[in-house]
Amino acid sequence: MSVQTLRWAVADGRTLTGRALAHWARRPGEVAVALLFPVMVVLMMGYLFGGQMDVPGGGSYREFIVPGMFALTMAFGVETTFAAVAGDAAKGVTDRFRAMPMAPSAVVVGRAAADMLHSVAALAVMAVCGVLIGWRVHDGIAGALAGFGLLLLLRFSLVWMGIYLGLMAKGPESVAAVQILVWPIGFLSSALIAPSTMPGWLGAIAEWNPMSATVTACRELFGDPGQAGTSWAAQHSVLMAVVWPLVIAAVFIPLSVRRYRAMGR
Amino acid sequence: MAEPRFAVEAEGLRKRYGGPRDGTQALDGLDLRVPAGTVHGLLGPNGAGKTTAVRVLTTLARPDGGTARVAGHDVVREAARVRTRIGLVGQHAAVDEVLGGRQNLVMFGRLYHLGTARARRRADELLERFRLTDAADRPAGEYSGGMRRRLDLAASMILAPPVLFLDEPTTGLDPRGRNEVWDAIRTLVDGGTTVLLTTQYLEEADRLATGISVVDHGRVIAEGAPDQLKARLGGDRIEVVLDDPGALSAAAGIVGRVASGEVDVDAEALRVGAPVTGRAAALTEAVRALDEAGLAVADIGLRRPTLDEVFLHLTDAGKSEKEVPA
Ligand SMILES: Nc1ncnc2c1ncn2[C@@H]1O[C@H](COP(=O)(O)OP(=O)(O)OP(=O)(O)O)[C@@H](O)[C@H]1O
Ligand SMILES: [Mg+2]
Repeated sequence: MSVQTLRWAVADGRTLTGRALAHWARRPGEVAVALLFPVMVVLMMGYLFGGQMDVPGGGSYREFIVPGMFALTMAFGVETTFAAVAGDAAKGVTDRFRAMPMAPSAVVVGRAAADMLHSVAALAVMAVCGVLIGWRVHDGIAGALAGFGLLLLLRFSLVWMGIYLGLMAKGPESVAAVQILVWPIGFLSSALIAPSTMPGWLGAIAEWNPMSATVTACRELFGDPGQAGTSWAAQHSVLMAVVWPLVIAAVFIPLSVRRYRAMGR
Repeated sequence: MAEPRFAVEAEGLRKRYGGPRDGTQALDGLDLRVPAGTVHGLLGPNGAGKTTAVRVLTTLARPDGGTARVAGHDVVREAARVRTRIGLVGQHAAVDEVLGGRQNLVMFGRLYHLGTARARRRADELLERFRLTDAADRPAGEYSGGMRRRLDLAASMILAPPVLFLDEPTTGLDPRGRNEVWDAIRTLVDGGTTVLLTTQYLEEADRLATGISVVDHGRVIAEGAPDQLKARLGGDRIEVVLDDPGALSAAAGIVGRVASGEVDVDAEALRVGAPVTGRAAALTEAVRALDEAGLAVADIGLRRPTLDEVFLHLTDAGKSEKEVPA
């Protein structure tokens, strides 16, 4: 690849990232709803059910679920990515891009960059709301940054899953199918409930869930309440919170690239 | 590089979707030649392979066989070069519906590597030209079908490409919207653009195209200028419309005497028609004979077959209804 080609690839990727940002500017209401939904879940869980919930090892349930909600938001981001990619494909916008002399990588790079920016904004809003309801980072700034890094790493790997599913989809309506896939994975984890309180086999699945790795690692790094489980995965959550996203990305990046290329066949 | 004589040249294009048994042979040896600077119509029924042909020619789909050159470049081996020389308006308006018209054009302009300043200038020019300036900042999703089409057309014109592909550009538009798009296309052609247009509206091909290829089952089954195609159906026809059903058979006899072929009698419409050779002579002869016989005539005239008749005649749809020797 020549320097010129690379420069255009970067410029085109930026143009398409800018496109997504322009969408937000055009639809601030939609963005606000997307950002406030996780906040609402935290408030609901924290205040409605909070009194009933015991955190194994002690501590406030509200503080327990904030890192969980961070990770759930990253997971539900798959739907955003999916809907955008599938919508462009269904409306012929992807074909228009493909028939233009632009860098082919820009379509996915632009998408990934925009979704990552969106996730950073979502985490910032949630962190502020978390602080307002009593969530704290107890173990210093380095741990906090590492925790947010792991969350964004998870989101990054899921961007590729969303791109792949979006390219495979028949239309944006199938977002319901993606929800059916994502929600159980999201909830069958340590995000909102400690796996040790689940029936044995479910708890085991939950502890090995990639989501749980990130949640448990974040609790550890933030110094938030919640005991890690006894499984190997739970005991090595920080390691698993790096390994799982890398595995997901290693699977879905080549699949997405192949699928994008195969659109011409 | 000298401009090639043919802006589009395809030979034996083949493209299959699905497996060898249950699949569809969308293109089955399609040949096409479009001289530079002309408008060529690709006419065919649903599923004929028009969109597939456009997708292959615009580098969106890879052919299984055959070759195609667009603006002098091979669509498979030199896809990137082809993409700098074409514009595409797909069957469904492909614009960003959230962004405004101007934002769309600026975005596409930047993706064509014009740079931001030039992309802006070009967007304003095109908005003006396609009469979208007033709506420039409204989201494209709120545009009417005609406006969206014009925006789509404007986006495909950003580089002023030498070859433009339009896949059913006026499907779903009302007559006004259709006229707007036709005007836009004519302006482009006056500026030297070659246009390959697919359509199901025969009137559209008739009005815009200098050459037409009728496609069915992925193959060209007839081609030529609109007039040539019509001539293949047997030239002019005389038609007489009567006031009185009782006069039908007498009129059919008179028309039969001036006709060069079989007489059609449409009892419901009270119409008698037949092909003729000598235009004026046949008409005067018929008028005189009808008058002498004292038959009240509501309407009489000569007309050329419509492209619809040609189309039905050539494609399968019409074959079962009527067999007319070519
Ligand atoms: N992506 C695809 N997968 C499977 N079959 C396809 C695909 N695209 C087209 N076909 C089939 O190939 C044939 C030709 O389709 P094509 O879209 O080229 O027709 P068309 O002439 O554009 O029709 P229309 O007038 O309805 O737009 C049809 O039988 C269609 O079902
Ligand atoms: Mg079509």
